[in-house]
Amino acid sequence: MSTIEKNVPGTRELADLVREQEEELAHLRARLAEWERTYDATPQRDALFSTSSGAEVRPLYTELDREGSDPENDLSLPGEFPFTRGPYPTMYRTRLWTMRQFAGFATAEETNERYKYLLAHGQTGLSVAFDFPTLMGYDADHARSLGEVGVCGVAISSLDDMERLFVGIPLDQVSVSMTINGPAIILFCFYVAAAERQGISAEVLRGTVQNDILKEYQAQHAWVFPPEPALRCIIDMFEWCSENTPNYNPISISGYHIREAGSTAVQELAFTLRNGFEYVERGIARGLDVDSFAPRLSFFFDIHNDFFEEIAKLRAARRIWARRMRDVYGAKKPESWRLRTHAQTAGVSLTAQQAENNIVRVAYQAMAAALGGTQSLHTNSMDETLALPTEKAVRIALRTQQVLAFESGVTNTIDPLAGSYYVESLTDLLEREALDMFDEIDALGGVVPAIEQGWFQGEIAASAMRQQREIESGGRVVVGVNHFMEGSEKIEIDRLKIDESVERLQVARMAELRASRDSARVDQTLAALRHASSGAQNLVPAILDCARASCTLYEIRHAMEEVFGSYKEPVFF
Amino acid sequence: MSESIRKIRVLVAKPGLDGHDRGAKVIAAAFRDAGFEVIYTGLHQTPEMIVSAAVQEDVDVVAMSVLSGAHLTLFPRVKALLDDAGADHVLLTGGGIISEDDMAALDEQGVGKLFGPGTPTTAAIDYIREWFSTHEAV
Repeated sequence: MSTIEKNVPGTRELADLVREQEEELAHLRARLAEWERTYDATPQRDALFSTSSGAEVRPLYTELDREGSDPENDLSLPGEFPFTRGPYPTMYRTRLWTMRQFAGFATAEETNERYKYLLAHGQTGLSVAFDFPTLMGYDADHARSLGEVGVCGVAISSLDDMERLFVGIPLDQVSVSMTINGPAIILFCFYVAAAERQGISAEVLRGTVQNDILKEYQAQHAWVFPPEPALRCIIDMFEWCSENTPNYNPISISGYHIREAGSTAVQELAFTLRNGFEYVERGIARGLDVDSFAPRLSFFFDIHNDFFEEIAKLRAARRIWARRMRDVYGAKKPESWRLRTHAQTAGVSLTAQQAENNIVRVAYQAMAAALGGTQSLHTNSMDETLALPTEKAVRIALRTQQVLAFESGVTNTIDPLAGSYYVESLTDLLEREALDMFDEIDALGGVVPAIEQGWFQGEIAASAMRQQREIESGGRVVVGVNHFMEGSEKIEIDRLKIDESVERLQVARMAELRASRDSARVDQTLAALRHASSGAQNLVPAILDCARASCTLYEIRHAMEEVFGSYKEPVFF
Repeated sequence: MSESIRKIRVLVAKPGLDGHDRGAKVIAAAFRDAGFEVIYTGLHQTPEMIVSAAVQEDVDVVAMSVLSGAHLTLFPRVKALLDDAGADHVLLTGGGIISEDDMAALDEQGVGKLFGPGTPTTAAIDYIREWFSTHEAV
């Protein structure tokens, strides 16, 4: 039956239609009952028939599962409220997702070479992985950085390092995502200042800084300051970016790390969106117009193994976000209702055993991300449970996206799984369960009190433990790990190793920088930052001045820390 | 043979700046379920902090989780500090993203068995029990 009827039916015809439909449903019910008898009489495999979040999956979904559903309001059309079918009207028919591989290691120069390699192979955006010292706000020559400089990402301790990272890459032409949280505001200022040195003004910059501190306390743990001053920095960025960098996302509200730390898909969905609403509430409390910053809020989800659940998760996320932004927070612009997301395949699903199998896992996960309607995607490399990925492994991961985008046909039509009895049922279920979790968080006093009580951390750890038990009992099959283990013994994969000379080079560079800069200007800008930190003014301009004066990452962090204090983790296990 | 009656005391430690504590928390809970006495340090510990906690808590085993690639720095450093503190009887073991070559190199430096991704928690529990029964027989 076409949804657009030329003739409006009369009352009598309507009554006939309703009766006809009821008869059809009754008929279906009877046939289904018969089918169920057959099903029950047939032996079933001994397997876990549940979603990864533990919800029961029934053997068959039919039209009957969609009774009472409201496609007009729940699904609508792509690019239209509530955006279940996609944030944009034309989706991949106009523009494919951005293929954005997260990369960074050793020195800025070596990472710069990798970026140029990726761009040359058809990658369409950059994504910076920083080393642990940078993620925590330490300089390469700080005592706490020993042994970790350039090991898990690139070491960036100053504006000079940031400038080297993008030599020959015009920052007005490529969008850059930076995964940094605790000291995000500082690295963001290095980035803006590096663009200045390229002669590029802030207003043309495109990209994203992760800047999602709430999930750091909950899951990823790269924090610096306590929650309140950390949230202030984030709202300062919302405000500054809405005025100065209209094409830049000042936050990527991330479920990825929550999931990787052990949560279920439902927890990932609920915690991430609730964090998002927390930022919205904080922005409104600052006195900002919600429509001034909400359109630039972006998201980042994990795409794990449970194919349909992951697709449903992205669809449910868009619907929940849209409804609450409009109905609870009073946003008026459609851009404020529209959830845009980056996605990454699940690192935690990869296995060290028979690592080549990871190529297949990544491919399925990537397909789920595309069917879920992601705006950009990182596909993991097969060797990441062993070390940083080699060029070959990264190329295969990127090629996986290209095969998906250009050969598989899944990009030909928008939201192809809409109307699937199972996918729609799952989407509804995930939405309901996430809303229940919002209530639970509110009952604890909100996001920050729940963090302080260790609630998120405990929930995530309990889920991780449950999954570990399922794997060890053999109930949850992991190919090559607890089943099909022949060939698991020997690991034959090339590995990228970071030479110790990287740390020595970075340490020497820091000494050089400290000796060559104008130290009076350093002292003066840091003093101004301390002063600004103890007041209520926006911190971005003061930190930008520090960056331009060649203050180092740790110096800037430390000046703020003197006012803000540092975060102490409540320890639970 | 002496059937040990006292509980095995294990310090689960997260050295360095890496915040990935899923493994540390899972193994700590598994050790506790196995009947060990478990102390978890929390995140972002220096080798000095770990050794001081190990001595203070008088543990039998220090189990470190390192996913940051800094294992070749962190394990030898903790081992040396344990020895300096007169705690060379303490077993230093652990797990993380550590290649077999690196495991062998650390073994030569007196570090105990290390466990890579995908290892069942029972493998680490059995290893510690076995070690304890041969080293704690007096």
